Amino acid sequence: MAKVFGAAVKRREDPRLITGKGRFTDDIQLPGMLYAAILRSPHAHARIRKIDVEKARKLPGVVAVFTGADLEGKVGPIPTAWLPPGSDIKTPAHPALAKEKVRYVGDGVAMVVAENRYIARDALDLIEVDYEVLPAVTDAERAMQEGAPLLHDDVPSNVAFHWQAGNDPTPAFEEAEVVIRQRFRQQRLIPNAMETRAAVAQYNSGTGEMTLYMTSQNPHIHRVLLSGILGIPEHKLRIVAVDVGGGFGSKIACYPDEALVAFAARELGRPVKWSEDRSENFKATTHGRDGIIEAELAAKKDGTLLGLKIKLVANMGAYLSTAGPGVPTILFGLITPGCYTIPYVHVDVYGVLTNTTPVDAYRGAGRPEATYTIERLVDLLAMELGMDPVEVRKKNFIPADAFPYPTPTGLEYDSGNYLGTLEKALKILDYEGWRKKQEEFRKEGRYIGIGWSTYVEICGLGPSQVAGAVGFQGGLYESATVRFHPTGKVTVFTGTSPHGQGEETTFAQLVADRFGIPVEDVEVVHGDTDRIPMGWGTYGSRTTPVGGSAIAVAADRVLEKAKKIAAHMLEVAEEDVAFDAGIFQVKGMPDKQVTLQDVVLQAYLAWNLPPGMEPGLEAQAFYDPVNFTYPFGAHACVTEVDPETGDVKILRYVAVDDCGPIINPMIVEGQVHGGVVQGIGQALWEEAVYGENGQLLTGTFQDYAMPKARFFPMIETDHTVTPSPHNPLGVKGVGETGTIAATPAVVNAVVDALRPFGVRDLEMPLKPEKIWKILSGRKEA
Amino acid sequence: MPGTKTIEVTVNGQIHRAEVEPRLLLVHFLRDVLGLTGTHIGCDTSQCGVCTVLMNGQAVKSCTVLAVQADGAEITTVEGLAQSGQLHPVQEAFWEKHGLQCGFCTPGAMMLAIGILQENPRPTEEEIRHGLNGIICRCTGYQNIVRAVQHAAERMSG
Repeated sequence: MAKVFGAAVKRREDPRLITGKGRFTDDIQLPGMLYAAILRSPHAHARIRKIDVEKARKLPGVVAVFTGADLEGKVGPIPTAWLPPGSDIKTPAHPALAKEKVRYVGDGVAMVVAENRYIARDALDLIEVDYEVLPAVTDAERAMQEGAPLLHDDVPSNVAFHWQAGNDPTPAFEEAEVVIRQRFRQQRLIPNAMETRAAVAQYNSGTGEMTLYMTSQNPHIHRVLLSGILGIPEHKLRIVAVDVGGGFGSKIACYPDEALVAFAARELGRPVKWSEDRSENFKATTHGRDGIIEAELAAKKDGTLLGLKIKLVANMGAYLSTAGPGVPTILFGLITPGCYTIPYVHVDVYGVLTNTTPVDAYRGAGRPEATYTIERLVDLLAMELGMDPVEVRKKNFIPADAFPYPTPTGLEYDSGNYLGTLEKALKILDYEGWRKKQEEFRKEGRYIGIGWSTYVEICGLGPSQVAGAVGFQGGLYESATVRFHPTGKVTVFTGTSPHGQGEETTFAQLVADRFGIPVEDVEVVHGDTDRIPMGWGTYGSRTTPVGGSAIAVAADRVLEKAKKIAAHMLEVAEEDVAFDAGIFQVKGMPDKQVTLQDVVLQAYLAWNLPPGMEPGLEAQAFYDPVNFTYPFGAHACVTEVDPETGDVKILRYVAVDDCGPIINPMIVEGQVHGGVVQGIGQALWEEAVYGENGQLLTGTFQDYAMPKARFFPMIETDHTVTPSPHNPLGVKGVGETGTIAATPAVVNAVVDALRPFGVRDLEMPLKPEKIWKILSGRKEA
Repeated sequence: MPGTKTIEVTVNGQIHRAEVEPRLLLVHFLRDVLGLTGTHIGCDTSQCGVCTVLMNGQAVKSCTVLAVQADGAEITTVEGLAQSGQLHPVQEAFWEKHGLQCGFCTPGAMMLAIGILQENPRPTEEEIRHGLNGIICRCTGYQNIVRAVQHAAERMSG
C-alpha cells in the first residue's frame, strides 16, 4: 500500500461540502423552532434611561422580548479567561445584555424571540430605548489620557492591564552605535469568516439537558464557560459544532449572544435559532490587532543587533474578551525578538479599554504584530546602514546549531534552520536577478520593490504548565480516542475542532499510516462535547502538533494491545512479533502471520485473549506537549507601485515555510495561500475605521476592503523540513504562518519600491490614496 | 394569508408551489421554506456571492432576488448539480484541486464558476480571477479556486 503520511490525499470533508450536505449551524431546523434577533446599541457610549418593549411584545408572531432585567440570576456575566500574571489586570463586568450603560456600537440591549426571522427583525424596530449619550473614546492612546471618557468605574484611566517582559535593555543601548526608532500602527482588522456566528438551542425540561449548536472553534471551552454563565451543570450541557464556516480566531471567544439563545430556549420551552447578519457581525464579533507600537532597535554599525525596546498600547475594545488579554502580552511580547540573536529585549504593554468592539485573537494573534515590528526594524536598520536587508538578516539569525535556543523573553525555540529557508527563497525568487531588474525598471520610471520577511512563531499551544504560568485559565493538552470497530474500521475522536483546516483528512492519514489500513477506513469525529471526552479546540496552530500527537499516542497504545493479542494468537512471545503494513508477523518466519483485521476481530470476540486481558480495542490519550513548536520561514514579495495612481501590484510572492514533516502537502499549501492573502490584506487594504463618535464606518463589505481573486498572482510555495524534537510527529503547525509573514514582506517591498522618493516608512494599510498623496507631495530624490 | 402571493418555482427540476410574503428573499425561500440549506448566506449587501444560484441558467445572488421574482423561474442550487450520483465537473474540480477549506462559500463559488465557464468555456487565468470578483472567500486565498476553474474548463471543453 502506498504511504499515506506525506501524500496529497483528497479531502474527506469535501464530498458533503461540495454537494450542499454540510451541517452548518444555521442549517439546523428543529420542530417548533423560534428565531431570535438582538437589538444593539447605535451609540458608542450612552447611559440607558429606559427601555420600552411593549410595542414589540404586541407584534403578532413575537413570543418574547428580554432585556437585561430579565436575566437577573439566570444569565451571569461573560468572563475573561486569559489573565496575564503580574499585570494588575482588571476585568470589568460584561453583562450579557447592557442594563445601565452601553459601551460600544453593537453592545446588546434587548432580545426578541419570534415565530420567524422577519418578525423578529421587525420587532427590534418597535423597541424604544431612551439613551443619554456620553462622550466616547475609540483611540487607545487618547483613552489613557487624563480627562478621557471613562468606560468602567472600576478601571481607572481605562487601563485594564500593564504587562512587561524581557530583561533590562540598558547595556544594549549604551553599547549601540546606531539606534532605530519607529512608531508603527497595527490597524484594527475584522476577521470576517464567511459564516457569521449562529446558535441553535434546544432544552429538555424533563431531563434538564441543553443542546447548543454553535459556531465554535473550541466547544469544550464554550461548554465550561457557558455552564457557569447559565448555571447548567456541565454534564447536562452539550455543545455541537460540526461544520464551522471559518473562524480565524473570531469563534474562540465566549459571547453574550449564544448564552442568550440558550437562556431563551430554556425560558420558552422551544428551540431557538439566532444567526448574525453580516452588518451585525462587523459590530458584534471580535476584531483583531489594533495597537500602537513604539520600537527602538540598538545595533552596531556592522549590522549586529544588540537590543530591542518595545512599548505597545493595545486597544482591547469595550470589554476584555475571552482570550483578548493574552494576545498583546504573551503571544506578542514573548516572540518580539523573532529569529534573531538579540541579547537584550524589553517589552512594555498597556491594555486599554475604548468604546469599540472587543478585540481578541485574529489569525496569528500577536505574532503578526511582533513579526511586523522586528521585520520592519531590520529593514530600517539596513536602510540606515546602507546594507542589503538580506545581509542584516543573515548576520543575526540564530544559527542552526544553537537549538534549543533560549530567548531573553523566556521562550525556548525548539529547532530551526532560518538560513535554510532564506537561501531557498533567495534562489526561487532569483533575488540577484530582481535587484538588477529593479535598477533597469527605475531607469524606465517604473518602481519595483523587493521585500523580505523571515519569521519564527509560537505554535502548538501549548504545555499546560506554561498555560497556567502565563495566566491562561485552562489547560492546553489535547485528548484523543482511537477506537477500532470489530470489522476493522476506526473512529478517531479529537478534542480539537477543525473548521476548514482539513484534519478530518490529515488525522485519518496519520492513523491509516500507523495501522497500515486504507484512509477510507478511518473516520474522524470532532466538535461535539457529548462524543469527545475533553478538548481545548483549534487555534494557535495547535491542532496537528497537539491534537495530532494525542492521536499518535492513542494509536500506539492500541497497537501495543493489538500486538499482545497477535503474539498470543501466533503462540510466540510479544518481542518475537513484528508489525508492518497491517500485518503481525513472527520475526524471521514470513508465513507465520496474522492481519491486524484478525486481531481486531479477536479483540471483540474475546474467544481467545491472553489471560487477564479485557476485550475491546480502543485507547484514549491526553497528550500534553513539553514545549511550544516554532515554525519558521522566509517570504519574499516583489511589488510594483504606480506613482501616478498609488496602486500597488504584486508581481511575485514566494513563501518558503518550515512546519516540520508534512502530512498532506496539498492542505499545507492551501493553508499558506489563505494566510498569505490575509496577510497581504492587512498590508494593503483592510482596516476597521471608527468615526470620532464611535460609529464603525467600515461596517459592510462595501466599506471594508476584503481581498479578491483578481488582486493576486499565483503564490509560489516551497518548504524545508526541520522536525520539532519534542512531539511524536515532529510537526509544528502551519495555519498562521502566511498571515504572520506576509504583512511585513509586502510593506518592506513597497517601501523598497519608493526609496527613490525618500520614503522611510508607511502606515498600513497602503491604500492607493495614501501612497498617491505621499508621492504627489514629494519629488524623486 | 393576507398580503401573501402564490409562486411556482422549479428548483433542481422539481416544481414547488408556495404562498410567500412579497418581501421573502429567494435565499430564505430555498433554505427555510424548501429546506435546501446548501445555499448559504454570507452578507446582507450583495457583495460576498456566497448565496449564488443559477436562475434560468444565469448566476445570481439569491439574497438580492425576492422569492416572488423567481415565480415561474428555474433555479439550480448546489443540491442539483450532481446528476444520478455523478458529480458535476466543477464539483469534481473543486475537490481535486483543494478549492475549498471551510466550505462555506463553496456552493456560491461553484455556481459562479459554472456561470464563468458558460460565458467563456476556455478562460485565461486573468479572466478567471476577474470572473471570481463576485465571490469572497476568506480561506483559500483564491489560488486553488482558480486552479479548480482551470481544471473544470479543461474537462468540460476537452
